[in-house]
Amino acid sequence: YAKAKQGPEGFYTDETLTPYDDVASYNNFYEFGTGKGDPAKNAHALTTDPWSITIEGEVEKPGTYPLEDILSKVDLEERIYRLRCVEAWSMVVPWIGFSLADLIKQMQPTSKAKYIAFETLYRPKEMKGQRSRTSTIDYPYVEGLRMDEAMHPLTLMSVGLYGKVLPNQNGAPIRLVVPWKYGFKSIKSIVKIKFLEKEPPTTWNLLQASEYGFYANVNPDVDHPRWSQKSERRLPSGLFSPNRILTEPFNGYGEQVASLYTGMDLRKYY
Amino acid sequence: MALKKTIVFIFCLIPAVALIYFAVSGQLGPDAGKELVLETGEWGLRFLLLTLAITPIRTLTKSPAILRYRRMIGLYTWFYASLHLFAVLTYLLGWSWPIFVEEFAERPYMALGIIAWVLMVPLGITSNNWAQRKLKRSWKTLHQLTYLIGVLACAHFIWLVRSDFGEALLYSAILAALLAFRVVIKFQRTAALKPS
Repeated sequence: YAKAKQGPEGFYTDETLTPYDDVASYNNFYEFGTGKGDPAKNAHALTTDPWSITIEGEVEKPGTYPLEDILSKVDLEERIYRLRCVEAWSMVVPWIGFSLADLIKQMQPTSKAKYIAFETLYRPKEMKGQRSRTSTIDYPYVEGLRMDEAMHPLTLMSVGLYGKVLPNQNGAPIRLVVPWKYGFKSIKSIVKIKFLEKEPPTTWNLLQASEYGFYANVNPDVDHPRWSQKSERRLPSGLFSPNRILTEPFNGYGEQVASLYTGMDLRKYY
Repeated sequence: MALKKTIVFIFCLIPAVALIYFAVSGQLGPDAGKELVLETGEWGLRFLLLTLAITPIRTLTKSPAILRYRRMIGLYTWFYASLHLFAVLTYLLGWSWPIFVEEFAERPYMALGIIAWVLMVPLGITSNNWAQRKLKRSWKTLHQLTYLIGVLACAHFIWLVRSDFGEALLYSAILAALLAFRVVIKFQRTAALKPS
């Protein structure tokens, strides 16, 4: 992968990186189990090659594109982002990827495209969590963004971390990273992208709308009904050196993204 | 007998020793505090169910010997629940009084957990022979609070589920079975007392 290019502010942070082993072993990827260690244990079963992404909806160039074709038309770069999970823990991760905007421009959305929807692979044979009888999630996992959020330069499609190919448990072979939103927005192992006129349904919102909104911007002033969002545990956080820090609005990316939400009541659109 | 009791005592201590070992050797993962909260909570619940299983086991096997261990296992429940509460206060709430008040007031599952722990306090304090003699019949009534604590603990667990009910359902089903056993026995006894 190409060495990190210098980019606009927000692309890098000099905060302490969360070690690779922690990033690759502590995951929420319910397709492989709900325990934090389950994805690292079970995700080896996933076949990530061949892989293709289907593009649909309000777009000039719909079709199914092999991942290699998509990657051959973009420049990969390294970006160091904070990742804030809705469960009140956070990491600092050096991602490898490209701006989602570069892919969107290639696909030429029509003027009707106001939203973009993503879908994770549905393959119960390889994804243990999708076979769970007691899970209330209706797979495949779906997520979405407003078009201006999707086009924002910070919005990343990632294929690697720490200079390596993305581990399966982190969403191989290609995932979204939206650093100012809670982690569940950053959908993993993407197989479909749809351009839409209306706001698409999203998995956690369908499951519990009072707890997980469509926007899901990191916001210390709006608590999750079952826990506070005012602070977070920056990982690694040891027993003898707990690393609790205050949570920043928009996860510290307010300067770059707050203007997207001018005039919106963020307590209502959480 | 003393030897058997010592063996059971040591067995009950294994989860705590293992947790300390994992903690010191850094095997609790990057979010060690949260992991400790989850593990101590689950062990508290397991010991609670074990405490409640003693009476049914005695009845079914017709051997009263197992009763000797009930007090110890009950106290271990309190021990693991206390570790759980301590871990929550330390790693999730950071020993901040305003956060504690807010959590208690706004998050019902948190309130249920704390109430369950508070209810264990009188049970722990009166678990000795002296208190048992002093309280006479009311001792038994007091210690039937364990049933309520069981219900509170399971509700606390279910309330925390995000998407997969599997584990919470399993523990709740075991609790329901243990409580149902007592209801059935009570009905049988009442029926037996009635003149035919």
